[in-house]
Amino acid sequence: MKLGSYGTNVPERLNATFMALADPTRRAILARLAESELSVTELAAPFAMSQPAISKHLKVLELAGLVSRRQDAQRRPCRIEAAPLAEVTGWLESYRRLWEGHFQRLDAVLDELKIDATGPKHTKRRRE
Amino acid sequence: MTRVFDASRELVFDAFTKPEIVKRWLLGPEGWSLAVCDIDLRVGGAFRYVWRNGADGQELVVSGVYTEITRPERVAHTEKFDDPAYPGESLETWTFDERDGLTTFTMTLLYDSVEACNIARESGMEQGTAACYDRLAALLA
Repeated sequence: MKLGSYGTNVPERLNATFMALADPTRRAILARLAESELSVTELAAPFAMSQPAISKHLKVLELAGLVSRRQDAQRRPCRIEAAPLAEVTGWLESYRRLWEGHFQRLDAVLDELKIDATGPKHTKRRRE
Repeated sequence: MTRVFDASRELVFDAFTKPEIVKRWLLGPEGWSLAVCDIDLRVGGAFRYVWRNGADGQELVVSGVYTEITRPERVAHTEKFDDPAYPGESLETWTFDERDGLTTFTMTLLYDSVEACNIARESGMEQGTAACYDRLAALLA
């Protein structure tokens, strides 16, 4: 995957999003940006980290499409972008639904296997 | 990912490892079926699942090798999708815990995230080899 742009296909975008989220400082940055737009200086203030270090983290978040920056007179405030997070949530939810479907079928299969294991006599009794 | 089943762990273990049973429930998304389910259940043995879309014949192939088998408690295997969109290999571990007749199944996935590691390196983030592996177990919980 090439650096420099928000990936064009879903697996690439998911890779970039998970990679960006796999760091506590970057998650803390996102948590603060979820409340309001902030400049790099404002973002750096509560962290025991230099502004360049925070800028590096922001770069990773920007490349993953999780943060955008706009020009506002002298300021370039950072804002959180929800689309990649929504994509991650959708990806997880599709797997959750798929597996729950599988497991509900497995529940039924296990019930049948239990009846088979206890023999036809037991089955007969259950039917009466 | 964790799920509780109302059955002994021997039964649940069989349901995950005997092809004739797996084929009855691991059908894939709506409209798909598990067309091939080859399981050579021994350490070093291979498995291969092929799901097929009934409408357009599209196939999804997953294969791997068993690295650990302790009946009826635990299975570990490598896993790889035969699809260039999903490169790399993951290590999947299943555990089966029985209590009061209920079996808790837990699946843990360890992704070999080489691409994520490369991105981290190229962007100047020094995170060491630990960044190469993301534990995603909790994601599916």
